[in-house]
Amino acid sequence: MGMNLLAKVWDLHRVRDLPSGATQLFIGLHLIHEVTSPQAFEELRERGLHVVRPERTFAVIDHVVPTDGVRRPLADPLAEEMFTAIEDNTAAGGIAFFGPGCGSQGVIHVAAPELGVTQPGMTIACGDSHTSTHGALGAVAFGIGTSQVRDVLATQCLAARRPKVRRIVLTGERGPWVAAKDVILHVIRTLGVKGGVGFAYELAGPVVERMEIEERLTLCNMGIEGGARVTYCNPDEKTFAFLEGRPYAPGRDDFPAAVAWWRTMASDPGATFDDEVVLDVGNLGPMVTWGITPGQAIGIDEAVPLPSSFHGPERAQAEEAQAFMGVTPGTPLAGAKVNVVFIGSCTNGRMSDLRLAARVARCGRVAPGVRALVVPGSERVAAQAEAEGLPDIFRAAGFQWRLPGCSMCLAMNPDRLQAGELCVATSNRNFKGRQGHPEGRTVLASPAMAAAAALAGEIVDVRTMVGADA
Amino acid sequence: MTAQSIQRVKGRAVPLGGDDIDTDRIIPARFLLCTTFAGLGEHAFEDDRKAPGHPFSDPRYAGAKVLITGRNFGCGSSREHAPQALKRRGIAAVIGESFAEIFLDNATSCGIACVCLPRELIEKLIGDVRQDPRAELTVDLAARAVGHRRRNYPLAMDESVRQRLLDGTWDVLAVLQEARDRTDALAARLPYLAFRRAGAPR
Ligand code: SF4
Repeated sequence: MGMNLLAKVWDLHRVRDLPSGATQLFIGLHLIHEVTSPQAFEELRERGLHVVRPERTFAVIDHVVPTDGVRRPLADPLAEEMFTAIEDNTAAGGIAFFGPGCGSQGVIHVAAPELGVTQPGMTIACGDSHTSTHGALGAVAFGIGTSQVRDVLATQCLAARRPKVRRIVLTGERGPWVAAKDVILHVIRTLGVKGGVGFAYELAGPVVERMEIEERLTLCNMGIEGGARVTYCNPDEKTFAFLEGRPYAPGRDDFPAAVAWWRTMASDPGATFDDEVVLDVGNLGPMVTWGITPGQAIGIDEAVPLPSSFHGPERAQAEEAQAFMGVTPGTPLAGAKVNVVFIGSCTNGRMSDLRLAARVARCGRVAPGVRALVVPGSERVAAQAEAEGLPDIFRAAGFQWRLPGCSMCLAMNPDRLQAGELCVATSNRNFKGRQGHPEGRTVLASPAMAAAAALAGEIVDVRTMVGADA
Repeated sequence: MTAQSIQRVKGRAVPLGGDDIDTDRIIPARFLLCTTFAGLGEHAFEDDRKAPGHPFSDPRYAGAKVLITGRNFGCGSSREHAPQALKRRGIAAVIGESFAEIFLDNATSCGIACVCLPRELIEKLIGDVRQDPRAELTVDLAARAVGHRRRNYPLAMDESVRQRLLDGTWDVLAVLQEARDRTDALAARLPYLAFRRAGAPR
């Protein structure tokens, strides 16, 4: 009987079974950022402990950095305190830190894969729920809390519960302008925001095989929004080609051996799974969310569902969400007035995302009164975008081109919504208050759909706006 | 440092209810601008609390130790700030229909007991607590039951989490440290730790 990837990686990293029944799991790669790590370092100091394997930890600052210029000290004294803390903690611990201006800073889930730090077959932990992103390269990667960050710093291990594995086979031919974002929103609305609790999601099938690595990163990024703490794709030739030549990937001498090993870390043909689901994406159009969870999503040509179409507690939830969002059940979202557009984040802040948004931006100008931000996911993305002339395209169309960071994905820096504003965002969460104001409203969509909304000043189907094959 | 064994939590309850309550609602992101967890307690549910009648601003439930909620509590971000804020507000146990996984780990690391009851029982308990906010509940991990008004309801929870709370290893760091040699031996066998990046010395 074949083994799946999760089982192989788990067995390889199992140090021992703990008396509680959990697994003591070795963590091959630890990623940290400024929000969830300072308290962990503080506890190490209090207990007189040190970082055991500093060479296996990589750090960035991403959440609190301003995107309109990083001048020290930062204007917000609390943000400055966090900045200083991560600089000091990583320097004292001997940990590599990628700060603004180094050329590789960025949102941790954008920066680590592009540096080649993320590799197949690894266990990866980070004090951030979107760590699932790294599964796109065939790693078992999951978010942890601050006490667990402390555990990994001090022991390179975690007490972990082994998830079951659900294989999700994606079939069909994607239509024009149907992005990875649309596919994963469809998965989440179908299986639910808690459908993946207790499971790791293996995303497989022809749709995933045809996707580029950056698209797979978008898919796995949002697995956690479906409740699956771990989401992964099996490594393949595209994965190996993506890694070759990256600064922290195995160098030329070791690369062939690495590829040979990586090949063995994919799910075997005939591997068994705890559950299997087949989803066809052939009829899928671009998606938008109408509510306050990522599962409350519809195709752009569908109507906002009637609360009566839900059963049990979901009905009250739908009513609450629709009242908060100010949307009308039974009618499409298209035409809803948009105040802000945010293109960026660890979901959709990579080169392929910006290229798609730029293709749309070429077709017009940002509508009067709309604030539109383009925030590259990392300094490497920004440099590549500049080499391709994208900032000029965005600026000419009336978008603001910003410095890399999390920005308006969760608004811990100065980029925030105002009361009542509606924002079309390429990020991953439409929770109440997520974008910096308790009454700010978020519609999640792909980069192309977000750019189209900026030009139209309202929610619009990118396919009709710029034509199916612009 | 060994943590304390947690056998049971006894106290009044706050009937929050609700499904898919995410960590942004438990502690909004602007309160994450900090380098310590101290002081988070006063900001628990800061934005939600502004709604009239929110249980966390209702004086009848002040001082509650047990929070009662619905399904998928604590979904969203991995911020341990969420259970830390609850803990600093005095919450020692959460009764829910189900919990998001990262939240469950984080709450356990803080010594908060997360236990599950079926939906009908949660609804009944919420109704009972609203009627009589002063009645105490017992979340008994050893006996695997929630007690209220002389009745006992069997609770469900992850067994490894229950064990960690009972045997006082919910703060698991000391346990993980015991296996230092085995950890090093495992690391020495991992193929990828031996791969050299371009230009790295052998
Ligand atoms: S971009 Fe958003 S989701 Fe991603 S790490 Fe930053 S805050 Fe979290």
